[in-house]
Amino acid sequence: MTDRPRLAVIGAGPAGLAATVAAAAHGVRVTLIDAAAQAGGQFYRQPAAALRAGRPQALHHDWRTWQRLRRALDAHVRAGAVAHLTDHHVWFVERESGESGRFTVHALLGPEEADAVAVGADAVLLATGGYEKVLPFPCWTLPGVVTAGGAQAMLKGTLVVPGRTAVVAGTGPLLLPVAAGLAAAGVQVAALVESAAPRAFLRRTRALAAQPGKVAEGAGYAAQLLRHRVRTLARHTVVEAHGIDRLEAVTVAALDGEGRVRVGTERRIPCDTLAVGHGMLPHTDLAGTLGCRLDGLRVHVDDEQRTDVPGVWAAGEATGIGGSALALAEGHIAGRSAAARLTGSTPDPQEWAAAAKSRTGLREFAAAIESVYAPPAHWSEQVTDDTVVCRCEEVTAGTVREAVAQLGAGDLRTVKLLTRAGMGWCQGRICAPGVAGLAGCELTAARRPFARPVPLGVLAEDHPQPTSRAHTHPTDGGPS
Amino acid sequence: MSSPLELAGARPGPAFTVTFDGREIEALPGQTVAAALWAAGITSWRTTRGTGRPRGVFCGIGVCFDCLVTVNGRPGQRACLLPLQPGDAIRTQEGTGHDD
Amino acid sequence: MTGAACALFAARAGLDVVVVDRGPVAGGTTGAGEGNVLVSDKEPGPELDLALLSNRLWSELAEEFGEFIEYEAKGGVVVATSPGGLAALERLAVEQRAAGVVAERVDGDTLYGLEPHLAPGLPGAVHYPQDSQVMPALAAAHLVRAAGARLLTGRTVTDVLRTPGGAVLGVRTDRGDIHAPALVNAAGTWGGEIAALAGAPLPVLPRRGFVLVTEPLPRMVHHKVYAADYVADVASDSAALQTSPVVEGTAAGPVLIGASRERVGFDRSFSLPVLRALAAGATRLFPFLADVRALRSYVGFRPYLPDHLPAIGPDPRVPGLFHACGHEGAGIGLSTGTGHLIAQALTAKTPDLDLAPFRPDRFAEEAA
Repeated sequence: MTDRPRLAVIGAGPAGLAATVAAAAHGVRVTLIDAAAQAGGQFYRQPAAALRAGRPQALHHDWRTWQRLRRALDAHVRAGAVAHLTDHHVWFVERESGESGRFTVHALLGPEEADAVAVGADAVLLATGGYEKVLPFPCWTLPGVVTAGGAQAMLKGTLVVPGRTAVVAGTGPLLLPVAAGLAAAGVQVAALVESAAPRAFLRRTRALAAQPGKVAEGAGYAAQLLRHRVRTLARHTVVEAHGIDRLEAVTVAALDGEGRVRVGTERRIPCDTLAVGHGMLPHTDLAGTLGCRLDGLRVHVDDEQRTDVPGVWAAGEATGIGGSALALAEGHIAGRSAAARLTGSTPDPQEWAAAAKSRTGLREFAAAIESVYAPPAHWSEQVTDDTVVCRCEEVTAGTVREAVAQLGAGDLRTVKLLTRAGMGWCQGRICAPGVAGLAGCELTAARRPFARPVPLGVLAEDHPQPTSRAHTHPTDGGPS
Repeated sequence: MSSPLELAGARPGPAFTVTFDGREIEALPGQTVAAALWAAGITSWRTTRGTGRPRGVFCGIGVCFDCLVTVNGRPGQRACLLPLQPGDAIRTQEGTGHDD
Repeated sequence: MTGAACALFAARAGLDVVVVDRGPVAGGTTGAGEGNVLVSDKEPGPELDLALLSNRLWSELAEEFGEFIEYEAKGGVVVATSPGGLAALERLAVEQRAAGVVAERVDGDTLYGLEPHLAPGLPGAVHYPQDSQVMPALAAAHLVRAAGARLLTGRTVTDVLRTPGGAVLGVRTDRGDIHAPALVNAAGTWGGEIAALAGAPLPVLPRRGFVLVTEPLPRMVHHKVYAADYVADVASDSAALQTSPVVEGTAAGPVLIGASRERVGFDRSFSLPVLRALAAGATRLFPFLADVRALRSYVGFRPYLPDHLPAIGPDPRVPGLFHACGHEGAGIGLSTGTGHLIAQALTAKTPDLDLAPFRPDRFAEEAA
């Protein structure tokens, strides 16, 4: 055991991997902690090893970058500089009181998430990624309606598809690869329904021109869609899903210039799957509990990707949605900065000038994307009073509207207190954007002390001793 | 017509049997509960505690908790995350899953 | 909650009421409370008298609002964890009965009949059928609405307007003045700030508490169940962390687990040791909870005054100023009685209870 400082990186997606590799290459020991069985995060989600996929790249974009990261990670693990803890579901990061400045990362083990382990570290790097935002519409709770990212995750991770005929709908750059992936995997994609207008892209030519790679990526997906004869309905939206106990069809309609449904343009498309998404949201629970400042919905970081809490860095989607390339740049910078500061030197930004330049361009691109891909301005008008908005607690749009109109609720927390919307299993992660839209209030970051549900038996037990180096699952951490 | 397994060049080991509400279905090594159920054409395995409506996978990445299921008697597990073992008994989760 | 109850009772006494809050409805301690309407945790004295009055008023309001505010007369079960504890519990119950509380000694099969999932081998308990619960945020919102009061949320009181002689004329807010001959300070944990603006200091201080909330369950815990040491913690004057298990099921499904008390100012940061202590206490009382998952936790600040009694009634130092704050952890339960007494004071009726123990200026002499 050496005295080299230890950095805990939480999340093994592009940001976490880039950070791990960068930090390990510059003199710190890294504990990479991730909930999945394999590194990759959502973007580079790998098929389960037991499926023995010989051609996983068929489901991925930019496979070479992944191979480079994977090889670098493997080399550092072999050299003992990185401990990669898989199947570790982090529920709390605790900053030790007093002057030590050390951290304890608390995780639940394995897919059952019943037993606990604690990992000690001198600093923490949050690469917790993001999740999909979905706005409600009538009957969106029917089985067969899945998030676009969910359909993709199931495809990449377990090589299954949700049905035979799919509509891919919503807004955002994720819809293209999802539609292309489903089509390649044998699903008949009946339509790609995008509420944004293609012409809006042309107005953003400067940000686009600066990212030729991104343009080529988009063109590649478009060509695939053409090959699979997928029709794209731009400035259209799904207004309703149909079915009794599972999805049978969706109604789509054209949007006018104001973002309202054009009466008379509704048409029904039979399908057994609707993959729907309206963009992404950052995971900020761990940062919030550590007391890190949030800017709106994202973790605030400085040029070195440091949060305002000493010893805590953040990178990737948690600090603002921007895609995998931006996550890689941010992760690299965060890893370099953390390594320098943990080894007692002042980091020299010149050493990561290329990554910083790339970060600047990609953030501009992300801002352009965000301004182009917007849900229809008047989406909430399509949400009937009997539509369930909070899926966990089965709170309807009518109940939310009543809390606002009759009981004086004017913010997300008060709506939650008066309706239970957001009090269930997912803790409002899914319904918050929809509830905020219906209530006409701002979407604000919730305080979630537990990043995931934790058994009271685990909470009740005395601290499992923090371990600095746990290469395998410890057997002494769980409750008996 | 391609399948995702063909597309990714998968050569999984032999399928094994699990049960869903007592009925036998096949699963491949590495598949999660949700994947095996989808592959068997099953899209819902939970009913809500308020109105008893059916639910299945929604977010697919463990965030939404819509796909909660009872496996080997333990309720409240996320089907989209939990890998299957031979002989696992999957049961539709009704209400809170703690009702019996 | 206290403000909402004052608004309702004042409006029903014929007064025109404006409710001003710098936050939303139930945005302060109310939104972080469990909704206790308890008589069981109070020793005989003025607070218990107020609790009994409030308990009766809550059951009356329940006829009107019951379902909307999730009122449930579920009863409380105070469990002794040792034979010595049981003896002390019984002594308290004897005194409480004399004051009008229904308190029944239960043990063995009767106890486990009331709460089948309690840990085995407990020596006994006292059952308090009068203990009830409401959903505090809903209760506050519905009472304000029923009061027909003008509700001004998101408006901060920046000053208290007074005549040259010192009497209340109204309040200044960040969005205009509101004129009224009477001002009720129901600002809870922040009641000291309003009192200071009015020139009548009141030493209200925060005592932090966490609540753990589990996944939804069928009804496994039927009453409000707590260990006997909770009563001692409630009455304690200590600044140090105290946790005593308080466990209850709710109509909505989740089990709520309290209660911690700490004097740490307005620090909202989550303390894992406190949450661990809560979980440990709850799983000792109800072992089945060990496999149940906690989904969330929330934090709130109970307003307390040095003698742990609220300030209720007119402030003799400032004509037109009334106080209704400092109820510590019992504000939801005591709000109805407080609102009723305040309405009587506002309309110059003889209050149903002697307000002397709640006099707002009782700390002035100490300070002087």
